[in-house]
Formats: sequence, structure tokens, C-alpha cells
Amino acid sequence: MTLRRIFLAPAALVTIALFLVPMAIVLAYSLMTRGPYGGQGMPWTLENYQRFFDPLYGEILLRSFWIAGETTILCLVLGFPLAWFLSRSGKRRDLYLQLVMLPFWTSFLVRTYAWVFLLRDTGLFNTILLSLDLITEPIPLLYNHGAVLLGLVYCSLPLAILPIYSTLERLDYALVEAAADLGAKPFETFRKIVIPVSAPGLRAAAFLTFVPSLGTYLTSDLLGGGSTILIGNLVQNQFTTARDWPFGAAASLILMAIVLIGLVVVTRNNEDIL
Amino acid sequence: MRPTALGLYATAIYAFLHLPLLVLAVFSFNSSRLTHWESFSLIWYKTALGDPALMEATFNSLVIAAFATVLSTSIGTLAAYGLWKKKARWLTASLSVSLVTPEIVTAVSLLALFQILFRVLRLQLGMHTVVLAHVSFCLVYVVMVVLARLRTMDVSFEEAAADLGATPWQAFCYVTLPMLKPGIIAAALLAFTTSLDDYVITSLVAGVDSETLPMIIYGMARRGVNPAVNAISTIIVFGLGILIVISQRLEQQK
Repeated sequence: MTLRRIFLAPAALVTIALFLVPMAIVLAYSLMTRGPYGGQGMPWTLENYQRFFDPLYGEILLRSFWIAGETTILCLVLGFPLAWFLSRSGKRRDLYLQLVMLPFWTSFLVRTYAWVFLLRDTGLFNTILLSLDLITEPIPLLYNHGAVLLGLVYCSLPLAILPIYSTLERLDYALVEAAADLGAKPFETFRKIVIPVSAPGLRAAAFLTFVPSLGTYLTSDLLGGGSTILIGNLVQNQFTTARDWPFGAAASLILMAIVLIGLVVVTRNNEDIL
Repeated sequence: MRPTALGLYATAIYAFLHLPLLVLAVFSFNSSRLTHWESFSLIWYKTALGDPALMEATFNSLVIAAFATVLSTSIGTLAAYGLWKKKARWLTASLSVSLVTPEIVTAVSLLALFQILFRVLRLQLGMHTVVLAHVSFCLVYVVMVVLARLRTMDVSFEEAAADLGATPWQAFCYVTLPMLKPGIIAAALLAFTTSLDDYVITSLVAGVDSETLPMIIYGMARRGVNPAVNAISTIIVFGLGILIVISQRLEQQK
């Protein structure tokens, strides 16, 4: 046995025991029938997947797609100019880059909680608006679609900026100048040079914002309350309160399938992500 | 830099990213329970630090993070070394997929596994299950950071060691490992902070005796107004922030 094999063995064991086997169990559960008191058993069935054709659950799936799509577009649109700024920021670049990443590395939970603090009825925004007499009673800013979207954009934005920046950094600015010298309008240069060059970064950014937003649980729970049930909340709910594990397992696997499709699309031309 | 539209835009984005946390930190020093600023006070820090449930949860979180960090860092470093010169397709693929798996899916799959195991082993959910879960999601981060460090390194040092008669084990111990040290510390800090912050997976695999800090914060945040949460959050953000800055310095160190 070589040293390399010995070194890989513990990680292989952890990956098999704590990732592949659990996923296989979820796959098996998703094909089983729910027992009368919770739990799961025979016969094998596809019914758990068919339930997503029910408008009630189909709507949750569509809503998750919709809000993840909105988050992605907002992050790309908001993130691109900042990535451009970073790539052209000269000496202070490292500092500016760290300022983007710092909130990303601090607690996800605390960052979401910060918005609860700002948006709730007795929160900072309402308090300020009330004291300025702009409103007479608190406006409901929290527990709606917009609040969840805001929380998702807030948490994902650094993840969108970074890959776009890393492709823009490699953009040869002489190309942009040459295009301008040859009479291209700024928009034309942007469309024909900047976008194609940064396409891999944009694709990675889209993946890194879409996937976590699609599977979010914490953001929609804290900022959406009961008003914005997404697929992540559905999974959590089926495994806890509703005790319908087979259905929750099916929902998990649908989520996984979408994530894997995304992964294949993103890594198509590139190397492994590790 | 002269103020341009782009500069203003960047300022606005930085404000958006940083102001919510700054405001939260400022109001943790407010003497009032309400969002009106009254006067500077450390009362919420006293309240938070005097809360036995909160302190116990903090202790649990630190113990779990310590175990998860030591385990995932050692296993992950060895694995990264194993993947450095030659790929292992299925392991790389599995780790990549685990990296992008939504947390809630990881959480329920581990819950399902533990439930089956406990039927056989007569154990219960507790600190040990949380540690196992954390090792499983920290592992890929460690592999990623250490592998990135390895890729910047020159293989010829090890080859020179081998030429001089070192066994592969000696070459690893005395040549590569010392050079990897900053990368390993950075990976460990990343694992530690990720473990300390996790709520979604922890909440599903924790037992009654293993409530963690994020679980308490989450519960308080859902119940609503409590400036003690602001105080705890501020401590966490500053604590994690310092750890992260150290880790980034180490990663860039040549």
C-alpha cells in the first residue's frame, strides 16, 4: 500500500460514510411509502415525486426557482460594476477585495439577523421613518418576498463579485482601447469584448448565487416567516413537524438534481472545481 | 482616486455590505431595549454574558468546533496531499458535489443516517453527531485550501529529498509539511469559523444536551426584540473577523 493510498483512506471513509451513504438512504426513502405514524416502508413508489405536479407543491418549486433567478440577476447586475471597479482599482486592490470578502466570511446567521433588526416593525427603518413623521404606523418590511430577496442578495453578492472580478482582472485593457480607437461605441465594446471575456466568471457567479439561493432555508425562514415557503423550508418541514420523510427525501433529491445539472453546465469547459 | 460615478457606485455597494453589521454593532451598546438611541451602555453584554444557557451553548459550540477542526484539518490535509500529484476521480467528484449540496439536504441526509445507526447502536443525537456532521462539511473546505497551497509549491523539493535517500514519509514530514504550514492553519481557521457559525445542519442533528450558540441566536432572533442578541452577534462578528483576517494573511504568506 502506498503512502498516497493511506493518506486518502480517512477522507474516502468520511466521504463514503457521511456523504454517499446518507445520500443513498435519502434516495431509497424518496421511493418508499410513508407509514401511518411517520417513518417509511414498503411498497416502492414514485408517488412522492408525483406530488410535485400538485399545484400546492409545484408552486413552492416555482417560487424557489423564481426567487433564486431574481437573486442571480440582481447579483450579476449589481456585482459586475463592482468587479470592474476592483479590477481597475490599482494599488488599493487587495484592501478593496478584502472589504468585499469580509462580510462574506463573518457569520451568515448574524448577517441575516442584522436585516431582521433593520426591517422589523420596531426596527431601525421604521423607527427612523416614524420619528421623521413620514409614516404614522410601521410599514411591514419584514416577512415578505422582498425581504427574502434582499437577504439573499445581501448574502450572495460577494460570491458573485469574486469570480467576475477574477476574469475581468485577466482582461487585457488594450483590447477595450483598441475597440474604441477603431470606432466601437462603448456599448458595442462591452457586448463584443468585455462580456465574452468575462463569460466564464459570469457563469460561475450565476452558479454560486443561484444554487445556495435555490436551496436556502435560513434566509427564507428568518426574513420570510411563513409567507415565503421555499423548497428548503419544505424539506425541513417534512423531516421535522410534518414527519413525512419520503416526501421530504423526494424534495431533497429534486433539489440535488437541479444543483447537479448546474454543476455540469458550469464545469463543462473548465477543470474540476476543487 | 477622483470621485467618479463608478467610485460612488462602489461606495454605495460597500455601504450596503457593511452598514447593516455596523448598525447592529452600534445598537448593541445602546442602553434602551428599543431602537431609539438612548446612551452608551454595556448592559446587553452583561446580560448576554450572564445568561447561563447562552454560556453553555457557547461552550458547546467551541468544543464542537475544536473537535471538528482537528479532525477535518488532519483528514483533509492528508487527502489534499494524496490528490496533489495524482487525481482520484471519484473522491474529487464526491467532494465537489458535497461542496455544492444545499445545507438542508446535507442536514436531512445525515439525520436519516443517524436515525438508522441509532436503531442498531442504541445511541442518541448529541455532541458526537454534531461533530461528525461538522467534520463532513468542513472536510471539503480544508481539502480546497490545502490543495490550492500545494499547487503553488514546487514538486522538485520532494524529488530532491527522495534523491537524497528520504522515504516518501520522511519527504512529507520534513519537506512538504513545514512548507504547507500556513495553508494548514488557514484551512483550520476556515473549518473552525464554518463550524462555529453553522445553524441549518447542526439544528437537525443536535440532541437536547448539545444546543449550540447559533441555535440560541436563531431562537432569540425568531422571538424578536432582544438587544442581547446584538451584543452576542457583535462579539461573533469581531471574533470571526479577526480569525479570518489572520487566515487570509497566512494564505497569502509566501
